[in-house]
Amino acid sequence: MTIDNTPVELVTLTIDDIEVQVPKGTLIIRAAEQLGVQVPRFCDHPLLDPVAACRACLVEIEGQAKPQPSCAMTVAEGMKVRTQVSSVMADEAQKGVMEFLLINHPLDCPVCDKGGECPLQNQAMTNGRGESRFDGEKREFEKPINVSDRERCVSCARCTRFADQVAGDPMIALLERGSQQQVGISDDQPFDSYFSGNTIQICPVGALTSAKYRFRSRPFDLVSVPTTCEHCASGCSLRTDIRRGNVMRRLAWDDPQVNEEWNCDKGRFAFPYVQEGRLNQPLVRGEDGLLHPASWTEAIDVAAKGLAAASGATAVLAGGRHTVEDAYAISKFARAVLGTDDVDFRSRPHSTEETQFLSSVVAGSGLGVTYADLEKAAHVVLVAFEPEDESPMIQLRLRKAVRRGRTKVTAITSHVTSGNKKLNATVIATAAGHEVSALSELALDANTIILVGERAASVTGLLTAATKKAKESGAKLAWVPRRAGDRGAVDAGLLPGLLPNGNSLTDSSAREKAADIWNVENNTLPFAAGRDFGAIVHAAVNGELKALLITSVDVEDTQHSASTLQAIENTPFVVSLEIRPSSITELANVVLPVAVVTEKSGTFIDWEGRPRNFGQAIREHNKLTDGRVLAMIADAMDVLLGQQDVAQLRAELAQFAAPTNRVDAPSHGADVPNGLTLSTWNQLIDDGALQEGEPFLAATSRNVIAGLNSKTAAAHSIAEGDLIEISTSLGSITVEAIFVDGAENTVWLPTNSGESKVRTNLGAAHGNIVTIKRGGGQ
Amino acid sequence: MSRVPQIVRGFWVTFSTMFKKPNTENYPEQKDKYPPKPRFHGRHQLNRHPDGLEKCIGCELCAWACPADAILVEGADNTEEERFSPGERYGRVYQINYLRCIFCGLCIEVCPTRALTMTNEFELADQTRESLIFEKQDLLGPLMPNMVAAPHSMVEGTSERDYYQGKISRATDAQIAEVAARAGINANGQV
Ligand code: SF4
Ligand code: SF4
Ligand code: SF4
Ligand code: SF4
Ligand code: FES
Repeated sequence: MTIDNTPVELVTLTIDDIEVQVPKGTLIIRAAEQLGVQVPRFCDHPLLDPVAACRACLVEIEGQAKPQPSCAMTVAEGMKVRTQVSSVMADEAQKGVMEFLLINHPLDCPVCDKGGECPLQNQAMTNGRGESRFDGEKREFEKPINVSDRERCVSCARCTRFADQVAGDPMIALLERGSQQQVGISDDQPFDSYFSGNTIQICPVGALTSAKYRFRSRPFDLVSVPTTCEHCASGCSLRTDIRRGNVMRRLAWDDPQVNEEWNCDKGRFAFPYVQEGRLNQPLVRGEDGLLHPASWTEAIDVAAKGLAAASGATAVLAGGRHTVEDAYAISKFARAVLGTDDVDFRSRPHSTEETQFLSSVVAGSGLGVTYADLEKAAHVVLVAFEPEDESPMIQLRLRKAVRRGRTKVTAITSHVTSGNKKLNATVIATAAGHEVSALSELALDANTIILVGERAASVTGLLTAATKKAKESGAKLAWVPRRAGDRGAVDAGLLPGLLPNGNSLTDSSAREKAADIWNVENNTLPFAAGRDFGAIVHAAVNGELKALLITSVDVEDTQHSASTLQAIENTPFVVSLEIRPSSITELANVVLPVAVVTEKSGTFIDWEGRPRNFGQAIREHNKLTDGRVLAMIADAMDVLLGQQDVAQLRAELAQFAAPTNRVDAPSHGADVPNGLTLSTWNQLIDDGALQEGEPFLAATSRNVIAGLNSKTAAAHSIAEGDLIEISTSLGSITVEAIFVDGAENTVWLPTNSGESKVRTNLGAAHGNIVTIKRGGGQ
Repeated sequence: MSRVPQIVRGFWVTFSTMFKKPNTENYPEQKDKYPPKPRFHGRHQLNRHPDGLEKCIGCELCAWACPADAILVEGADNTEEERFSPGERYGRVYQINYLRCIFCGLCIEVCPTRALTMTNEFELADQTRESLIFEKQDLLGPLMPNMVAAPHSMVEGTSERDYYQGKISRATDAQIAEVAARAGINANGQV
């Protein structure tokens, strides 16, 4: 918690005859809250600008003839406020407003999803009259948008203000006037937002409801568990609502330091994978070459024997979705049990420069740049990073900062994106692969924050340049990974040459300490730094490995999916820890089912370096964590690691002291590609494995297009709307070309959306050379 | 009185009782002789609209009201192909656990559609726990004349409001034909 020490000017006023002191500029409704007086409200929301649209919060202010909305009026010295508690006038006014609101309200609570947690129900009971004097016909609306019941709307404009102020997406607006006033979407603007779920949560009535949650439950059925989102490194605090062992819905939980009261639609809706198509039993490949269900004992035994037999030629591919405890268990298993340092969590494209950068700058560095810092910074530079797609809460926080007018955003990226526009960002249009010079030319100072994204790894010299730039200018630097487990994996030492908490494997005192904590002989630990993900895959393709342990890797993420599959195929013994069957299952010798995030407790470390602990939401599924499964395998290999439950792992990891000898910072020169390059990143809502089974969410994904500059297009005689073919030596992708306001000589593709499967079809990373041509047949 | 020996006093009670009218009810041989009072709280029933559509809208108010946590309801959407109740919502899962129910009747008080009422049926003993959890099909009222079993469409040209205003009196020929056609589909497994 950062404490702001600037002195605040206090104002003294009385509310219901009680004297209070509150900071200047406080709204009356908040001052009343501090006294425990709950003034009814609908439109008021602490994170949205006041509008005084609903008039539910009327209070009496001495000296004013009429009651005033307390949600839009700030306190003044000596003000005398009377709420419904001590004023008949305020009470009558509130009851009158409530009666008006209910005139056109259908009161169909039995079929309304809000029933039971509805501010209108509650406040009609506490601050309303028992009876209505209205006996006319209520208004009714046709229902064009499936999940909106417009007759329930109380015109509080919370949804429209959220869309406009917080998200910056023109998704929803109040149309018409008087009793015909209604929320709607305009015909020419598409309903296109990654944040629409928040409007459902802040709607004080059942006018906006979730298609997914519709009619499925009531609040009293639900067991609500505080959890952390597993979908990105923003680290949102989410409330997971469980009914009889199934996730019913997820809501944003209030965490002022991180996600405030918001989240994105991916975190809110992408949970069907928890239930559907799960792997429930261990599988072992038999003599006949087919996978057969097996008991845990048998499967663990086969896995242990296979791994032991392959000793000296094993490697671990880990993926970026692990909790820090599981990542640590994997890191430890690789070194202490398998005796290999061939371990890496970066299934996505990466580089040795990145390994060095992560080991020297990120690993074990603790809480660095925070959301609060972003809000206060004078200048934020986004380098190879698209916050709206890759870390949506950063997008919202930056927008908040920009709206206050104190922060300016500069983006070094291939073209102006919709996210950039909402941040009013100065875009330095830079062809993919050319970011280094663009960054070097910027004049930065100590009030600047540089955010570099995961695709920086694919641009040689960029991470070196960012580190150097930060050092020279005094600017703060933060690495923003995409996956929720990436930062934790770095801290747990899931990188070649890196022990937990930033310690270097080649540092003999650190290695000794590790052997001590792990209770193994020092000489069983590997001495030299191992291979990274790409090198492991390369070695395996050449048949140099005898066994692979794979956990939570999506083949579709890896630089070239086909080679990864080839690598797995060429390895004689493969153990795979999985949540659902995947393309790896087909090639594995032993498949062990493990728990998903909702089924276990653990910690994610968000991009700030802030630990985000969470408890187990679903107990009914009886799934084991990666840590437990690895402990069982280790047991069977006669290496006793203990239970490896979450508490043990956490305690052990904490024993790793900060490094005395850090790995050196990277120093790679720029290597500028010569030719037309590919710019690519994953869109927030795409074909990611954890988003499967959610059609409502998939429908909000963006169109799959190739974005390119009109001049570049003209040079290849491409017109807007043409189908174009983007190809590398490994394959091609054909999509529609759309002109974007961006750099020349670069073409943008979403990494994993629809036809645009960059890894599978092109085997390419951001900044690689590609060729384009018109065609593919119209 | 105190001079009369104890034994005579004791047997006098026995002797005099021999001439009283017995109170024994011959249950179950003569159970119709003493039926429960009409307002007796017995087994529940889920009622139907006069055309056979279900009244329950799956609102869960009954489950909420129940002090014994005996009721489980899960709502779902009516679709054009499969309509169980008028309006948008119906009760997909409906269970009452008679091992828990204390027959207080709070559930039937809160039901906004009068879907849930209680019958006078009280013979609810059984051998297993499972058999005492009544599912929706066990609780649904019988099909009275002029009703056809849901799922089927609402009466042509009516809205849910007409159902609640009592404007529906029976299943129409179209509804009867629809249900028959549906049964045909199911019987020979063809579309
Ligand atoms: S919004 Fe609230 S008051 Fe209105 S129908 Fe729904 S539950 Fe009832
Ligand atoms: S912003 Fe990231 S952490 Fe937050 S809900 Fe969305 S995917 Fe989850
Ligand atoms: S009668 Fe009472 S105890 Fe029984 S189900 Fe209804 S509310 Fe519950
Ligand atoms: S029986 Fe009545 S109270 Fe219970 S769910 Fe159905 S409609 Fe609601
Ligand atoms: S809460 Fe004050 S006017 Fe709506």
